[in-house]
Amino acid sequence: MIGKSLRIVFLAALFIYFALPLIMTVIFSLSRGQAGFGPDAYVALLSRGDLLAPLWMSAQLALATVACILLVMVPAVIAVHLFAPRLRMLLELAAILPFVIPGIALVAGLSVLISGPGWLIGSPFFLTLPYFFLALPYAYRAIDIAISNLDLAQLRLAAASLGAGVGRTILWVVMPNLWPALVNAALMTFTVVLGEFTVANILLFQTFPVSINLVGKSEPAEAAALTIVSFLLTWIALLIVLLVGRNSRKTFDPVQSGASS
Amino acid sequence: MNLAHSTKHNREVAAKTRRPLLPMHVLWAVAMIAPFLLLTVIGMIAPVILLVAQSVSGPHGFTLDYIQSLANPTYRLAAWNSIVLSFASASVSLVTGGVVAFIAFGSGAQSRLGALVTSFSAVAANFAGVPLAFAFISTLGMFGLLTRVLRTAGIDIYAMGFSLYSISGLTLVYTYFLTPLMIILITPAIRAISQDWLAAAKSLGANPAQRLQLVVLPILAPSLISAFILLFGSAFSGYATAYALTSGNIVLLTTEIGNVLTGDVASAPQTGAALSVGMIVVMAVLVWISRWFGQRTRRWK
Amino acid sequence: MTMAFESINYTYPGSGTGVHDLSMTVGPGELVALIGASGSGKTTALKLLAGFTRPQAGLIRIGDRDVTEVTAEERRLGVVFQNYALFPHLCAWENVAFPLRVRGVPHPIRRAQAIQMLERVGMGARVGSMPHMLSGGQQQRVALARALVFDPKGLLLDEPLSALDAALRVEMRDEILRVQRQSGIATLLVTHDQEEALSVADRVAVMREGRIVQIGTPRVLYDTPVDAYVAGFVGQSNLWPGIVEREGLVGTSVGPIACVTGTRTRGDAVIVFVRPEWIEPLARSPRAEVAGEIAGETLSDRFLGPVRRIDLAVGTGMVRLETHLRTPVSAVRIPPERVRLLPPLE
Repeated sequence: MIGKSLRIVFLAALFIYFALPLIMTVIFSLSRGQAGFGPDAYVALLSRGDLLAPLWMSAQLALATVACILLVMVPAVIAVHLFAPRLRMLLELAAILPFVIPGIALVAGLSVLISGPGWLIGSPFFLTLPYFFLALPYAYRAIDIAISNLDLAQLRLAAASLGAGVGRTILWVVMPNLWPALVNAALMTFTVVLGEFTVANILLFQTFPVSINLVGKSEPAEAAALTIVSFLLTWIALLIVLLVGRNSRKTFDPVQSGASS
Repeated sequence: MNLAHSTKHNREVAAKTRRPLLPMHVLWAVAMIAPFLLLTVIGMIAPVILLVAQSVSGPHGFTLDYIQSLANPTYRLAAWNSIVLSFASASVSLVTGGVVAFIAFGSGAQSRLGALVTSFSAVAANFAGVPLAFAFISTLGMFGLLTRVLRTAGIDIYAMGFSLYSISGLTLVYTYFLTPLMIILITPAIRAISQDWLAAAKSLGANPAQRLQLVVLPILAPSLISAFILLFGSAFSGYATAYALTSGNIVLLTTEIGNVLTGDVASAPQTGAALSVGMIVVMAVLVWISRWFGQRTRRWK
Repeated sequence: MTMAFESINYTYPGSGTGVHDLSMTVGPGELVALIGASGSGKTTALKLLAGFTRPQAGLIRIGDRDVTEVTAEERRLGVVFQNYALFPHLCAWENVAFPLRVRGVPHPIRRAQAIQMLERVGMGARVGSMPHMLSGGQQQRVALARALVFDPKGLLLDEPLSALDAALRVEMRDEILRVQRQSGIATLLVTHDQEEALSVADRVAVMREGRIVQIGTPRVLYDTPVDAYVAGFVGQSNLWPGIVEREGLVGTSVGPIACVTGTRTRGDAVIVFVRPEWIEPLARSPRAEVAGEIAGETLSDRFLGPVRRIDLAVGTGMVRLETHLRTPVSAVRIPPERVRLLPPLE
């Protein structure tokens, strides 16, 4: 419908818009001011002690949040599909809430709660609570779609008729069919937590993005290098998500086509 | 006819006479669902209730002063800026993302382009916040690479009135992650446009412009509106990118809340709570409208 | 108006499928059915005629005009799609009025015409309903009204009944035929359902691997198929590979069969073709000296209502017959005048 040359011009312009900041940032991170180019900024990053601790903290937080998603959210989604389809609305609602309540408003609410016990609020792992909800929409969507495609009611009856109880049904029938979605949900959660800035910055925790922001104020080249590093991290995580998603689609093709017809 | 009727009837009977859950199953269900609901109440519901309570409680009990204080010029400007920024970046992204999705997934598109656009959108939509702000500062900041290159070429964009640290600069940055988000949001709707509809319109005598105007756009309209609202909401509730770019110096609703919370401005915490409650109300309305439009298209299928 | 293919060639890029050297005419007021297995090129032929696909060689004519280079929107042909392709955002009458709207007919006139057309197809009571509120049969009627309302030069039906359940299919088949006869419009019906084709079409064309194998009235196709493919596609049949033994006699797996061998000579490979209902049950034992009188053992004996279908094991082959008799059958006579010889399979 759109002229072919117009189409190419449009796509090219958009490609420049999306590629330019990345290319410029790479060049910026490699520039030595007047003295040409070199990987100085990256070397400087490695020798900086004050970045490792935040990175480690962010990674720990991400792992803790993934654990919460897997141990608290996943069982709830499975149980709703298995036993209480009507409660699904409730989970849907919970999964929209993080979008309705902006991150900054959530922090505001949490800082009202901050008069709580110091052992909880003082620990960075307090962040796991808001992070759980920031990751919830993505993780929930991934798991919910995968379970919907399984036709759990049918599977449950089949498993029951073959003599499997609830525990075994979940462990032997549901979980093996769900693992690509679980990997997907975990990686999405990981990506969200690793990039989260708002909550940590306001609550004054030194996570990785907060540190990038601090570095950026004094060392622009190093900040550019960090930007590239974090872009690559996001890219790798999402690449894995896409690959897992594509493979699982192949594996589950009959199930999916059956569910959609 | 009879057959269809009887299967429907059977299904109704089956639904009515469904076996009640065994006590064991109830136990399982409660054990698996309760922790999640408990966490939701503590982590989401309680903070919101506390915010509402805080926004209406002054030193002498109940008061609407803080809600009324939202009408002061600073917050009006913040609201105006937030709306302009969100509207501008959502509009630009709606058009660019929509056209890309149409080229990549519309009729006769190559599947390789589609796969490329899908992967790139997934990454770019997540490339927001601090790193994105720095990427743009490195490029178009006061001393960004592109700015300097252009300056040596005789084009001083800052002298011409551009600033990355303004609403228009922020719009440019927000478009970077909202465009891929738009592509992700609208792709299913564009893919759902049946080739048969276009072929039918063709055989009935509609020219390309008429097909776009009378078939494609009306069918996409609810999805487009729903997507626009979600884009607007994303921009409206964004904080990290704006903060990293301007250190909170630009007046937006989110940065104002942030400034209250970090004590950068001498406002009562209740004002921050009132601002937050206001934002939540706006977002709730937006999500509700978006879902209403989303349901409309689902009914068509 | 007539619609005609003249030596049309179209091959899908990257595959050998498509249509090859297709020539066919649909006369004024005539209903021609195009049947064939999936992938035989019948839908491609419809797309070429509608103008959705451009042929690589050959001509397409509508009336006296060469429309090969004319776009679909200017060909003025009504198309009914397999899934009806009703626009989901428009109600029944707005769907029907769509072709009038794009031609600039003012609102009140196009509304009146659309409603009138809907009444003609028995949908006068649902003019304001949205497509998703209508049943399959009702959507079908709306689609038919939409394809006819702008006075098209021809009507193209792409598997129009395949999405309906069995009972409704017969009803809609008759409805389509009634409306087609009433408007006297040249119609091409694409279907994989041979019964549908035989019951409504003036002529039937059987397609295979992109070519028309045979075209003729349903009667001709049924009685004198040109080869085993057509015979197998249209109705039930006995097809026995055989060798001509002498003039008037062919040896097959079910024994020697008497028939007219025509120009074929001894040693020629043929396929012997007989419809099950042409075979006569014998009340007595067969005479061994008469070719075509055969005894066998009953493999299956099914009661189908109007007839019984009996499979007899004979020699290394099988004879299928259909009869009204209710008594046991163990011997049959194959009337030489009904037997036809078809070319062997390559």
